[in-house]
Amino acid sequence: MIHEYRKTLKNYAIGLLWLLGLLWPLLGIHPDGTLSFDRTFTTWLYIAAGSFLCLLIYILNKSGLLRPVGNALSAPREKASRLIGAVPVWVWIGALLAAACLYPLFTGRYAQDVATNVLIYICLGLGLNIVVGLAGMLDLGYIAFYGVGAYTYALLNLHYGLSFWICLPIAAALACIAGCIIGYPTLRMRGDYLAIVTLGFGEIVRIILNNWMTLTNGPNGLLGIKPPSIYVPSFEAGFSFELLYIKKLQYLYYIALGLAILTITAVRRLNHSRIGRAWESIREDETAAELMGVNTFILKLLAYAMGALFAGLAGAFFCARMRFVSPESFTFIESAMVLSMVVLGGMASIPGIMLGAAALIVLPEVFREFETYRMLAFGLAMVVMMLFRPAGLIPAKRMGTRSEDREG
Amino acid sequence: MDYFFQQLINGLTLGGLYALIALGYTMVYGVIQLINFAHGELFAAGGYVGVILLGYFTGRGYLETHPILCLIGAFALTMGYCAFLAVGVEKVAYKPLRRQPRLAVLLSALGMSIFLSNALMLTQGVYDKAYPSELFQGGFDLGGVTISYLRIMILAMTVVLLIGLNLLVFRTKIGIAMRATAQDKIMSSLVSISSNRIISLTFAIGAGLAAAAGVMVGLYYGSVRYDMGFLPGIKAFAAAVLGGIGNITGAMLGGLIIGMVEIFGAGYISGQYKDVFAFIILIAVLYFKPTGIMGENIDDTRV
Repeated sequence: MIHEYRKTLKNYAIGLLWLLGLLWPLLGIHPDGTLSFDRTFTTWLYIAAGSFLCLLIYILNKSGLLRPVGNALSAPREKASRLIGAVPVWVWIGALLAAACLYPLFTGRYAQDVATNVLIYICLGLGLNIVVGLAGMLDLGYIAFYGVGAYTYALLNLHYGLSFWICLPIAAALACIAGCIIGYPTLRMRGDYLAIVTLGFGEIVRIILNNWMTLTNGPNGLLGIKPPSIYVPSFEAGFSFELLYIKKLQYLYYIALGLAILTITAVRRLNHSRIGRAWESIREDETAAELMGVNTFILKLLAYAMGALFAGLAGAFFCARMRFVSPESFTFIESAMVLSMVVLGGMASIPGIMLGAAALIVLPEVFREFETYRMLAFGLAMVVMMLFRPAGLIPAKRMGTRSEDREG
Repeated sequence: MDYFFQQLINGLTLGGLYALIALGYTMVYGVIQLINFAHGELFAAGGYVGVILLGYFTGRGYLETHPILCLIGAFALTMGYCAFLAVGVEKVAYKPLRRQPRLAVLLSALGMSIFLSNALMLTQGVYDKAYPSELFQGGFDLGGVTISYLRIMILAMTVVLLIGLNLLVFRTKIGIAMRATAQDKIMSSLVSISSNRIISLTFAIGAGLAAAAGVMVGLYYGSVRYDMGFLPGIKAFAAAVLGGIGNITGAMLGGLIIGMVEIFGAGYISGQYKDVFAFIILIAVLYFKPTGIMGENIDDTRV
């Protein structure tokens, strides 16, 4: 068995030595003119042990020794999937919805906070999914629209006292317009160039937010934004309505849930409409789509506008929940986070993106002690995911199926 | 007028540094059509290795006795280290994905970039690391324009590296092999050029140049930070696009233009928005002339 995997083992050994060579100068050379080895070796040994375990599993899997385990598991799995398949989809959706509605009753503040975050990111991920997953345009500046939405609500609320519910559509509309402005000059570009230009646009928006002191208060951010409000009927002194600000996390969670459900339904409907089909045709082959009479210009612009719209909604809500905005929240790394939710979960697949958002928000919370390693693991996960499962955790059903291989 | 010439010198210095980083983008793009997102992080790693080595030399007292030798040693070791790092990055994150869709490779590059900058943060700390300041102090006055020795050193070093690269690419067999691989991978492999080796070499050379730029930026600004690779990386990419991606002379020219625009924009328009100018140029170039100044007409689908 060792013989078969000699090449793998050799590469692995070279890789580890290479890692040691790279690690030592960073950890072992000190400015006071001394050299040390212990810290490098302990770090290296941890990495070596961890990666050796992965290698062992990989080899066992390849050589078929894990097959009995897989076989033993596959029977119950098949049974379960048959059972799941027997129940109609609406039952599952209903159960999920009920669980989501009842969630705050059984959980504490912290869990609700995390759940609200997940819901915001589901909105963002699904919005980005329209641009990247459906229309196939890689957008690295997506978080700019989130910023536009957040600042729209913050400014309108602070200066004009407009309520959250009025600002929500305005924020969505403004983000939509921003999407068109950014989308328009990039329509001629594809692939890598598009990615880098959208990244540039995202950075421009962030720099403007950071430097336009009179409007945005620069890096200090805006404070004192009102939370969402509702009218509750009041029976004191006859019948009247009383304005109540929602400060309780529990109710904020429900608003986020509402936004997420709105986004999910909208994206689903878009996906299955003629527009969604046209987007997919652009993703698969833009030239062919254009030849078949798809108006790629309008549809690509529409994809940007739609994606931005949901980001604007999420942004306004984020701002209302935090009651504070600053350019810090709209950096490139946030764009990368949302993008990797879309990609890790499975592009163009709604359950996939929901899973991706939940995984990327909840997992770091679970591993709180290792927080400093969070982004490191995140970057690594992105690479590993691309190497081993580029289609994502739950791949979309309609992804990349050309007309000729759809039948049979 | 003095102010103008002062800015011109500043622009030249900065432009040279951008040109050095841009070369890595352009060469890698020329060979495998990939935007190496992790390139900016290689530049940052160069800055860090440089400060570690110079710190070590200072601690040992070598820097006082043999400053020039120390500096050359620091440059050489840093460039070697980053070349080594880049080859590993290529083998791990890009080579297995060569037949995958472009999006997968791009995301892998993005992940690598996040990974590297966080690895730097974890090993070296979140705070700025200061470069030894006693190097190249002083300068001379030229009709009201102060030119520091440090700036002359940076300019000289940049010119030496650029000439060296030009010689390598246009005068040696390795350079011919690189250009052949960039033209047509299959044909060049038929004449027994190992394309894998050439790709690794391209990554190594690009990373070496970026690492040298990292050390120089560290010396120029006096400190390095773990996330310093992102913005210069993007600006250097803008420079590569401006010059026509895949074109080495174009990247040098583009670097100079981006540096000049940034310095003059900061000096005459607004210092706060200096980072925006490079992006505006990038967008304008891609919109009006996607092939760049020196670029040939490339296939429309690549744009």
